[in-house]
Amino acid sequence: MAASFDLNDDSVVVVIGTGAGGGVLSNELAQKGVKVVALEAGGRYLPDDYINDEWDSFGQLAWTDPRTTSGDWRVAKDFSGLPAWIVKAVGGTTIHWAGASLRFQPHEFKTKTTYGDVQGANLLDWPIDLAEMEPWYEKAETKLGVTRTGGRPGLPGSNNFKVFEAGAKALGYKEVHTGRMAINSEDYDDRISCQQTGFCFQGCKWGAKWSAAYTDVPRGEATGNLEVRDRCHVLKIEHDASGKVTGVVYADKDGNQQMQKARLVCVAGNSIESPRLLLNSASNMFPDGLANSSGQVGRNYMRHTTGSVYAVFDKPVRMWRGTTMAGIIQDEARFDPSRGFVGGYEFETLSLGLPFMAAFLDPGAWGREFTTALDSYENMAGMWIVGEDMPQETNRITLNHDVKDSHGLPVPDVHFDDHPNDIAMRNHAYSQGQAIYDAVGATRTFPTPPYPSTHNLGTNRMSANARDGVVNKWGQTHDIPNLFVSDGSQFTTGAAENPTLTIVALAIRQADHIAGEMSKGNL
Amino acid sequence: MKATLDRHKMTRRDLLARSAAIGGAFVIGAGFVAGPTAAWALEVEYIKPDTMAALIQMARDIYPHDHVADQFYAAAVKGYDNADQAQMIEAGIAALNAAAAGKGYAGYLATGWERDRVDILRAQEDSPFFQTIRGGLVTGLYNQKAVWPLFGYEGESYSKGGYIDRGFNDIDWI
Repeated sequence: MAASFDLNDDSVVVVIGTGAGGGVLSNELAQKGVKVVALEAGGRYLPDDYINDEWDSFGQLAWTDPRTTSGDWRVAKDFSGLPAWIVKAVGGTTIHWAGASLRFQPHEFKTKTTYGDVQGANLLDWPIDLAEMEPWYEKAETKLGVTRTGGRPGLPGSNNFKVFEAGAKALGYKEVHTGRMAINSEDYDDRISCQQTGFCFQGCKWGAKWSAAYTDVPRGEATGNLEVRDRCHVLKIEHDASGKVTGVVYADKDGNQQMQKARLVCVAGNSIESPRLLLNSASNMFPDGLANSSGQVGRNYMRHTTGSVYAVFDKPVRMWRGTTMAGIIQDEARFDPSRGFVGGYEFETLSLGLPFMAAFLDPGAWGREFTTALDSYENMAGMWIVGEDMPQETNRITLNHDVKDSHGLPVPDVHFDDHPNDIAMRNHAYSQGQAIYDAVGATRTFPTPPYPSTHNLGTNRMSANARDGVVNKWGQTHDIPNLFVSDGSQFTTGAAENPTLTIVALAIRQADHIAGEMSKGNL
Repeated sequence: MKATLDRHKMTRRDLLARSAAIGGAFVIGAGFVAGPTAAWALEVEYIKPDTMAALIQMARDIYPHDHVADQFYAAAVKGYDNADQAQMIEAGIAALNAAAAGKGYAGYLATGWERDRVDILRAQEDSPFFQTIRGGLVTGLYNQKAVWPLFGYEGESYSKGGYIDRGFNDIDWI
């Protein structure tokens, strides 16, 4: 039975957002007996509601509140009002994610030490390392039911994977498999096994893929310690004269402003909304925004170095059949500056349906060069590139005071310039990706530009020293002891791996820390 | 329609002949645009029929798929036939016709080779008109469920139980 807390109850923990960070944190706290009010800007959608249709699903789930873009990244040209492709719903982007669940490599927690000085990059070592994270990764893998961990078998290989695997092996790649996925290869944790339906990006109608929407959120509610208020958009975090936060002001589902008091506030609104909220919460005491004495709030925005490679063959592939992300090549994820860049990248198969392929293959293109590619849609295979991008202070979320949202607040501007290291990595990956498909007889390959960002990271980064970042090793802000950050905006650097598993592991760890400190009376 | 015919000194028969001359794309009548075999027809209320015919040709020239029939392109652009957008469409097509006239053709539709029509479009591709039409086609054309089978795309699969028993790993050529 879900709890119901009074607006004036100042004993509750308020969690803002219910995705991989906030949804997991809310449940983990509730399981430990902590009273939680989770405020979610989006509505509730469960597997029965999800739609096997790309544009209809986008209309149902995507975060399409107004945003602006700037910088030299191609997304700013192709999708100027849609810098990120993320979800506005209970469960957040865990509804949309493809399920890839990879641990960071040891050196990726220590990039400043490993990579040295990279001009223009604001590299910093994480204040934690892999050894510290390993038990939390294991808990996260168990929660998500990640394949190829904990004795769970891998998923079977789809057509798209077969082509990808054969090409990878022809090139001599060794670490090729169907991935470590939060998609059940056999029934697990009251969720059935994958039916190879496709449409993973549109929400899994079987519930075979883990999403906080139908696991952590309802389980947290079942404890009686968690109240999730959907369609409640937080506008501002309030604080008292001592500088501690006291609650949040939000617009409820009817558009009325409410004030929820809180003992502690955890921000998990994704790397665009989280810094935006801290900046929009500026006060006389904190004129540059909350927790921003370092000036790093909103900075070091990372989105992974991405791109795709699609290829046409002389025979059918039908890549849309089966899981959207059906396999991985990890050989290029290593640290090897002899390739001309620091950091590494993964290849992961990807498929798009015809409607999204038309929109994303080469945005803005027209004429026969474009349409003959789509004519061969049935014979197409595809992969996605995901690699570590360089944190740059000037890549940042700022408030755009010229554009207001429906609540009258300035919208976030997402500024991103590719770092030369990002460009070198992307070009290397395009070349290797095209070679993979050429090796198995591709008649044509397409180095496809990045989509709007799904991996949004780093804008409230974790640092050992308060002058270098926004939060400490627990996600607690350096400036305000009862204000935490609980999403991917904590990431000090981005690593090559898809971020969700690390966000979940950090949330489980943070819940343990917060509950412990609360019981000791320290919070 | 009448004004258009008068201007070009064309009769309906001439128009039919012209359509046939460029591949039999359209038959234009009073207030409608139709396929040559009457397999489909599109009524127009605010946009002149020959303007709509040119718009449909423009749509095909932007995203040419030789195995996709005209009716799908017509369906993709018929939404512009409204009071708010008719002027924008008329002006845009008039600009294409003017460019065609500059190349010695009677109009955009009468420009016989695709490459010549594409040259006309390429010269105007940064115009708001072109970008509106092209952008609208990305969903207007490719998000038509009836178009998907023409590309082999199977669409929704949940109701059929996914592909676990329906060929998710069925290719044997690799």
